[in-house]
Amino acid sequence: MIHLQNSKDATKDSKVESLNISKYLYIPLLQHVGKSCDEVIIKIGDNVSKGQKLAQAHAKVYSPVHSSVSGKVIAIKKHFHPVIGVANTVIIENDFKDSTCFKQRAVSEIDSLTADSIRDIVFRSGIVGLGGASFPTHLKLNPPNKTDTLIINAAECEPFLTSDYRLMLEKTNEIIKGIELIERCLNVKKVFIGIEDNKPLAVKAFRAQKLKLNYKVAVLKSAYPQGGEKQLVKNIINKEIPRGKLPFDISVVVQNVATAFAIYEAVYFDKPLIERIVTVTGDCVKNPKNILAPIGAPIKDLIDFCGGFNTRPKRVIFGGPMMGIAQFDMDTPIIKSTNGVVFFSSIKEEEDSPVCIRCGNCVEYCPLGLMPCFIKLHADNQDWSMAKLYGCLDCMECGLCNYSCPQSINLVESVRIAKRRIPR
Amino acid sequence: MPNKLFVQGSPHIHSNKRTKSVMWTVFFALLPAGAAGVFIFGVSSLKVIVVSILACLITEGLLQRMMNRRVTINDGSAALTGLLLAYNLPANIPLWMPVVGGFFAIAICKLAFGGLGRNIFNPALAARAFLLASWPQQMTSFVKPFAVDGVTQATPLMMFNEAKVIKLSQLNLTYIDLLLGNRGGCLGEVCVIALILGALFLLARGIIRAYIPFSFILTTGVFSWVFGYSGLFKGDFLFSILSGGIILGAFFMATDYVTSPVSRNGQIVFGIGCGLLTFIIRKFTGYPEGVSYSILIMNAAVPLIDRHIRPRIYGKIK
Repeated sequence: MIHLQNSKDATKDSKVESLNISKYLYIPLLQHVGKSCDEVIIKIGDNVSKGQKLAQAHAKVYSPVHSSVSGKVIAIKKHFHPVIGVANTVIIENDFKDSTCFKQRAVSEIDSLTADSIRDIVFRSGIVGLGGASFPTHLKLNPPNKTDTLIINAAECEPFLTSDYRLMLEKTNEIIKGIELIERCLNVKKVFIGIEDNKPLAVKAFRAQKLKLNYKVAVLKSAYPQGGEKQLVKNIINKEIPRGKLPFDISVVVQNVATAFAIYEAVYFDKPLIERIVTVTGDCVKNPKNILAPIGAPIKDLIDFCGGFNTRPKRVIFGGPMMGIAQFDMDTPIIKSTNGVVFFSSIKEEEDSPVCIRCGNCVEYCPLGLMPCFIKLHADNQDWSMAKLYGCLDCMECGLCNYSCPQSINLVESVRIAKRRIPR
Repeated sequence: MPNKLFVQGSPHIHSNKRTKSVMWTVFFALLPAGAAGVFIFGVSSLKVIVVSILACLITEGLLQRMMNRRVTINDGSAALTGLLLAYNLPANIPLWMPVVGGFFAIAICKLAFGGLGRNIFNPALAARAFLLASWPQQMTSFVKPFAVDGVTQATPLMMFNEAKVIKLSQLNLTYIDLLLGNRGGCLGEVCVIALILGALFLLARGIIRAYIPFSFILTTGVFSWVFGYSGLFKGDFLFSILSGGIILGAFFMATDYVTSPVSRNGQIVFGIGCGLLTFIIRKFTGYPEGVSYSILIMNAAVPLIDRHIRPRIYGKIK
């Protein structure tokens, strides 16, 4: 763990603004862990309304996708995808009429919902984990064994990003209602909301709400990667998730704070996951902002909304700068898991064939107790069993080893290669 | 709109601690001790320092050019080796010796192993051991502090080792003298206070970590106290850590990134090993100073330490 310069000042005080200028929306059929939604239930030329389901799949693990605007389907074809490069995508021409197909639920109806019906609403609304991993939420609300602790991940430890932070300030009450819905599905005894201590206003906002007795706001040290599932569990309830296991296995469920809000919207308004807050920031953006953007809006619309660039950007990162993914095209759309877009006007300096000077930074800072320098050494020699010995398969690719390496050796890259090559 | 975007793997930001800045920071943190050496032993110290650094830089530059490798003399590593080598030499040494030492350190101990990051032994210490083995006479005649005529004097540790004295007061020295450097010894090791200031600066900047120096110094100190010159539990803790090269060795030489273990526990084991060996050499051998040899011996054990002392992996069940 290490305290990073958080670089959040540019957007931490800017209120979330809605973006509705996108003429074309690119909605990928795969925005989740699991099977791609290959069964498209609309046709080219169809008019769709905002929130209408576009595609589904025949599988257990998947999440449906919905139209985020009203308009006309003009194409279903391959398009740039921020995570996997290229994917089948439904392209919709926005008619700017905003005709929706969802409406508010009566409070009495919400109070009488069973756990199963909440899960069903969550599933039909296409909600996935919004912290980045995109695992379908309805499955996470239906754990195979009994759970007793729910942890809401509100750490937001990545530098630059403020989307969860703004959500916590502006929608505190709604988030708590969402958490209560999760609690009803899981029957947990304790609920923790984990927030880093560099967000005192968010801590205050939650404490100002009348929290139920079993709810607790856990203030965490501001250190990267505090928002990693393993760190969060360890630092809040002082238990470790065994190697190769999931939080379920120690009766814990971790949900992102933005997911809780999405569940609230789905249950109270029957609104599918069709928009999310995206922090658009970086050293060359004219007016960095937190934007409530429809899923499928291309980056170039987001940057237009922010007033364009001061200087020419050389890198575009989806997600935070530590774990985000670099993009190569400005037409790439934001998807359900995109919590931020960071622009940099410079490229990362890399030496050609740097040599490890054995400073030990990567080992000292690794939050999982791995030895990245040796993983790389053995991965380079294709000695996979030794790479495994030093913990290669446990790596969550948080990037701290790379970050702290004085020779800027691409340690994470070696881990990624080794993970694919190690026979399981 | 941008016409060309660069795609690189995550992470996309980087700490500003780079090898070059780290090396030069250590270099500058060492300078106060060198200045003190020049003040205490005279201008001859300065000559030794300059010649040693130049020898290392020229050796590295020439050999890398001859081998058609990238010339890396500005990364600070060779300059630091030269500075540390000079600090391990007596002030009145003939000037051809730092030249030979610098050449040996860079050519044999560093470049022959593959350059920065690949050497097994600390180059400056290996060169010192080489000079000591080859020219013991010159390497062990230490000039008396503030002497104009180059009068030589035994170091306090030599006096104790030869059992000529058993108490510091017999040498007309106080702990303050040891702290300030008013004693015979190598030119960079005597002024302990300047070394400690430099070390604190490096610790505060996070450039060196405390595990090695503290385990090293504590081990030597405690063992010297328990098995003292004048009986069990009657040893002199402070004298053992202030008198020789242990402060210089523990903070600036044992912490050399390349030749020390990478993990926290490994570094503690390494430090304890250095401390124990230093005590053993001082107590049971004819050689009064043990720091450099103990570090060199432990350098050889580093691959073994790194292989077997690993941090506990998160979620590992016994």
